Amino acid sequence: MTATTPVTAPATEPKRKQRFDEGTGRLAATLLSPTLLVLGVVVLFPIISALRESLFTSGQHLDANGFVVKGETFVGLQNYADIFRGETGTRFWNAFYNTTFFTVVCVVLETVLGVAMALIMHKAFKGRGIVRASILVPWAIPTVISALLWKWIFQADGVANALLGTQILWSTEGWQSKLSVVLADTWKTAPFIGLLVLAGLQTIPAEVYEAAKVDGANAWKTFTRITMPLVKPALLVAVLFRILDTLRIFDLPFVLVGPHKDSVETLSMLAYDEAFNTRFGPAAAYATVLFVYIALVAYLFVKILGADVIGEARAKKPGGGKGGGRWKRSNAVKASASAAVTVSAASGSGRNI
Amino acid sequence: MAADIPQVRAGENAALKRWLPLLGIVVIVLYCLAPFYWMVVSAFRRPSDQFSNAPLPLPFSIQNFKDVFASGNGFGRGLLNSLIVAGSVTILTLIIGMVAAYTLARLDFKGKNLVLAIIITTSMFPGISLVVPLLKLFVDIKWINTYQAMIVPSLSFALPLAVWNLTAFFRQMPQELEQAAMVDGCTPAQAFRKVIIPLAAPGVFTTAIITFIAAWNEFMIALSMTNKKSIQTANVIVSQFTGATGRDQPFGSQMAAGVVVTIPLVIAVLLFQRRIVAGLTAGGVK
Repeated sequence: MTATTPVTAPATEPKRKQRFDEGTGRLAATLLSPTLLVLGVVVLFPIISALRESLFTSGQHLDANGFVVKGETFVGLQNYADIFRGETGTRFWNAFYNTTFFTVVCVVLETVLGVAMALIMHKAFKGRGIVRASILVPWAIPTVISALLWKWIFQADGVANALLGTQILWSTEGWQSKLSVVLADTWKTAPFIGLLVLAGLQTIPAEVYEAAKVDGANAWKTFTRITMPLVKPALLVAVLFRILDTLRIFDLPFVLVGPHKDSVETLSMLAYDEAFNTRFGPAAAYATVLFVYIALVAYLFVKILGADVIGEARAKKPGGGKGGGRWKRSNAVKASASAAVTVSAASGSGRNI
Repeated sequence: MAADIPQVRAGENAALKRWLPLLGIVVIVLYCLAPFYWMVVSAFRRPSDQFSNAPLPLPFSIQNFKDVFASGNGFGRGLLNSLIVAGSVTILTLIIGMVAAYTLARLDFKGKNLVLAIIITTSMFPGISLVVPLLKLFVDIKWINTYQAMIVPSLSFALPLAVWNLTAFFRQMPQELEQAAMVDGCTPAQAFRKVIIPLAAPGVFTTAIITFIAAWNEFMIALSMTNKKSIQTANVIVSQFTGATGRDQPFGSQMAAGVVVTIPLVIAVLLFQRRIVAGLTAGGVK
């Protein structure tokens, strides 16, 4: 069956369209409604109510006549204004800086390490099974547990200091606690990026490399001119998801170093702290600012680098993309390069790595 | 790495080419497993040897594990709670997500890409901006310290993950399958139920594992929505273990608890590594 798929696929294309198109709009809407409904309740509703909430303060306070008022009071943009000034302003900008710092440093490190790992795994013919299994171990360990593990490793008289011959108090305020978070995060996710890049590497047909060899390209040229451009779509998506994930980082610094530590407090931790103290208004304002920040980063990333998150859907309709022309071309290259591979993977058993 | 070795003499080059990747493999495996190994070793030490940095846990002891399951910790209950929450999230997600994924993979309709984009986008929202308003809502409707208060918000990341994974799996299955079934007189719904679901079982299974691991690892929601030990998940309970003297951290029992929480996942990963890798990369590399 696998072998016949590519041959018959173009021929059946128009026929399928006719059969599936009639009345599919309504059917699709019906079938999609449960998912969209659930997502509406657990995502859209909270986002909107956070926006509303951020315009109120709650809890007890005194009104103009000195009476205790309970419940919510509309304060307009007060919560947002408060974020940026005074003592809360210092705390906010510190958290904003930490969040950005972790994102930039962790993602850069993880990408470099991940690509390196993928190249090694791609080259090695022996021991792939062991590597694949061991790479999944850091990924499968819950972040909280790995945070505790790293806290233990970075203990004052722990193994990190013993191995390094140092006396660093890792989980106290300062650069060292930042570094411990970066190391722990990199350990957990660099292998994961490696895994995704490896899958991308394996969609590159051997003929492309042979052609490069015939043309006399050296190893470095092959890497920059062939490997990287062809792996780029997979890598960009992985990096985008890592960026979004690191921007909302919470568990790791919260458990590894602890709450209320200036060196590692992130925007998520700040919002959590406010909500934990039932200051829902400011908490919602912080959460909204973080949300806008993440949306902005995602938008810029997709716009500038052209990460193609729903790549396949777009590849099917060549005219329908909104990405730049340069991007579409390289996408087309990828599509044609991976066509041969997709066929063998189409049997449904998953790719063989 | 091996790619940027300059061209040296042919014989030396060939030897390098053979051994360098192998060396790289060893480094990667060590990098991934060494911290995990340290967790296991620390867990099996005697509490009195806790601060020993010897590479092997000698003398061997399971005292830490006994301490973890001591009644005061509520760790056993925490494991059960984790299982209930992660299990419910997985089952709910699969039931809801499978229909949507099949629709997205097979039906051609206007705005399909938009719907897929919306579903993926919802997984990108920061958890905290969902938790804050939901926490307030759950306080109002008295859902704090209930399972549903942890299950419902978890759908926000589990459902997009499952839909995305399943869509990729359904797309890999040849369309001829349903067409053949329909030629034989099945309605599209029957074709889905009788042909697709059994054939998609591996994909569904993989998605179930990945969703379960994601839900099992969840921390922020479980931390925010509960304050009673009897309802908290294992992750929250382990993070809040307190030592005998209050100030110091009981790292030995925390490592033992970590091993208990992690071992089922590690076994699942070892058993189903091929499928998990296929599932994880299905969405990312298309």
